Amino acid sequence: MKATATLGKVSNFLGLGFFLTLKDLFTGKLQKEELKNFLRKTIVPLASILLFFGLWHLGAKSLYNIEADFKIEKALKDQGQTAAEALKACMASGDSSCQPNTLPSPSQVWSSFQSLLRDHNIISADKAAFAEKTAALNETRISEGKDAIVYTGRPSFVDQIYRSLQTVFAGFLLALFIAVPLGIFIGLSPTLKSAFNWFIQIFKPVSPVVWYLLVFMIVKTLLIGSADDSSFTISFISVGLCSMWATLVNTTMGVSSVDKDYVNVAKVLKLGTFQKIFKVILPSSLPLIFTGLKITLSVAWMVLIAIELLAQSPGLGLFVWEEFQNGANDSNAKIIVAMFVIGIIGFLLDRLMLTIQNWVSFDKTDAI
Amino acid sequence: MSIIAGHKITKNLIENISFPSNEVMLDLKDLKKVYPTPKGDYVVLEHLNLQIRKEEFVTIIGHSGCGKTTMLSMIAGLNPISDGSISVLGKPIKGPGPDRGVIFQSPSLMPWMTSLQNVLLGVNQVFPHATKAQRKDIAKYYLQKVGLEDAFHKKASELSQGMQQRVGIARAFAIKPKVLLLDEPFGMLDSLTRGELQDILIEIWNKEKITAVMITHDVDEAIFLADRVVMMTSGPKAKIGDILDINFDRPRTRKSVLEHDDYYTYRKHLIDFLEH
Repeated sequence: MKATATLGKVSNFLGLGFFLTLKDLFTGKLQKEELKNFLRKTIVPLASILLFFGLWHLGAKSLYNIEADFKIEKALKDQGQTAAEALKACMASGDSSCQPNTLPSPSQVWSSFQSLLRDHNIISADKAAFAEKTAALNETRISEGKDAIVYTGRPSFVDQIYRSLQTVFAGFLLALFIAVPLGIFIGLSPTLKSAFNWFIQIFKPVSPVVWYLLVFMIVKTLLIGSADDSSFTISFISVGLCSMWATLVNTTMGVSSVDKDYVNVAKVLKLGTFQKIFKVILPSSLPLIFTGLKITLSVAWMVLIAIELLAQSPGLGLFVWEEFQNGANDSNAKIIVAMFVIGIIGFLLDRLMLTIQNWVSFDKTDAI
Repeated sequence: MSIIAGHKITKNLIENISFPSNEVMLDLKDLKKVYPTPKGDYVVLEHLNLQIRKEEFVTIIGHSGCGKTTMLSMIAGLNPISDGSISVLGKPIKGPGPDRGVIFQSPSLMPWMTSLQNVLLGVNQVFPHATKAQRKDIAKYYLQKVGLEDAFHKKASELSQGMQQRVGIARAFAIKPKVLLLDEPFGMLDSLTRGELQDILIEIWNKEKITAVMITHDVDEAIFLADRVVMMTSGPKAKIGDILDINFDRPRTRKSVLEHDDYYTYRKHLIDFLEH
């Protein structure tokens, strides 16, 4: 019973309610009239997923053939019959050294995903071993006032996901702490609103790349003489500045469009400014503020990849870029793995925000 | 009578102290409201004079759009006065304030607060020197009076429209205003709930005797609640058309009012006015 409830909560949280229906089908709980509903909610999504992978597989295959034919023909023209035959045999044997470089098939992506996980396990083990080996040495070094020796090997894929999440949350918090208070002030004062309006209108559409360059110019100068790696600082500030606009605009709108009845009540009761803001204006604009924050988080996650790539800050963006530059046999498949990971994490972040929004919002029907 | 010093005990905060009648509580002198439009000024109210005595219950009746609500929100201080004056106990009003409590047409509760918190919002403001427990007692007392003793901790958004308006009534009485302004408070309710709330309102009012001005569209409601029914002419340039004294004894019951010989005379008077 408890397990069912948990499953229900989890699938509802993920927006994947059809899992429950599927379970009901197997346990024979489904009524006849629910069959139509079941078809729509379960069979259709499953069929569309299968169709997606099928089309992807076929597309990858035909791209593979185009690339392979071209390669063989080129070998024939440049190096003659024997070289072409050898290449053909090599391709047919599945040897990775001579595979055409094109869109990977779903199965290649899956095996790349597994190899990335294996790689992570190897690196984790390596790290643990390193920590164990250096533990005693580090202790003496610290007691002598020297810096501890740290692991400087390459990060695993999972490490990079973790790093990306850190960057996005730091950027999100920065956006939150700038945009919400600023939005409240702008929303409350028509004077501030006209003072800031041009600023918002002009800077809102600026591309993440340009924000990155701007932050780079400023942070580079501010951190002059510091030995620390500033790429994380630069990338999270850029992410924050790119993504804060939705929250700023929504907070301003929420605060300036509080229901007139509530404002009248506040006036009749002669509430002080502090009370008016915290008891009336903020709670009533929370739904809009959260809608803004939800957009901010998804924008932050989206621009993060581009910014990490530019800033050379470790994370998924840099991972994608390095794999692209690397051009190894499974690089393309790894890029597609990263694409799915980015998509799934983005989706989970969105769900997380929706859950928080439903939790804090007074109007349960308001959340979109 | 409105704000009682904080050192008194809760009971004193709640219980009313009786004052001699005939004193003018609310005085509207030559009141005028003008809205400037591109086609020239639109005069909603003009030369409106009305004196309301202490402890009097006045209902205002008139056609839609005649400026009743404008007048009420001007008394509340939510709408600026174009000309003339409004005084409470001889003092001209300056903007809104808790000496004039308002019960709005929509309950206007903060939906994220419980009913108790909604009432406390006003009570905290008016009794800043009372202890927390005393303020809570006041809020609870009025919520009990409107029959919500089981819903102290229910969120306003979870209450029905009628229940919400009960909280609205409790909130207005709990701040002990000098004047109570009611802007068609039962207009959005079904007739059964409306009857219930009229009974609750008049029951509290009988105890507190707060000078009340209430707008209504309902002729029976106007007669049942009021000492005087003020009839407003249709706008633009609306003013007082006629005033009808209702000489039923208080406390009244719906039954005794309906059975009274004068009831249909009053009713005919009002309907005749509205139909001309």
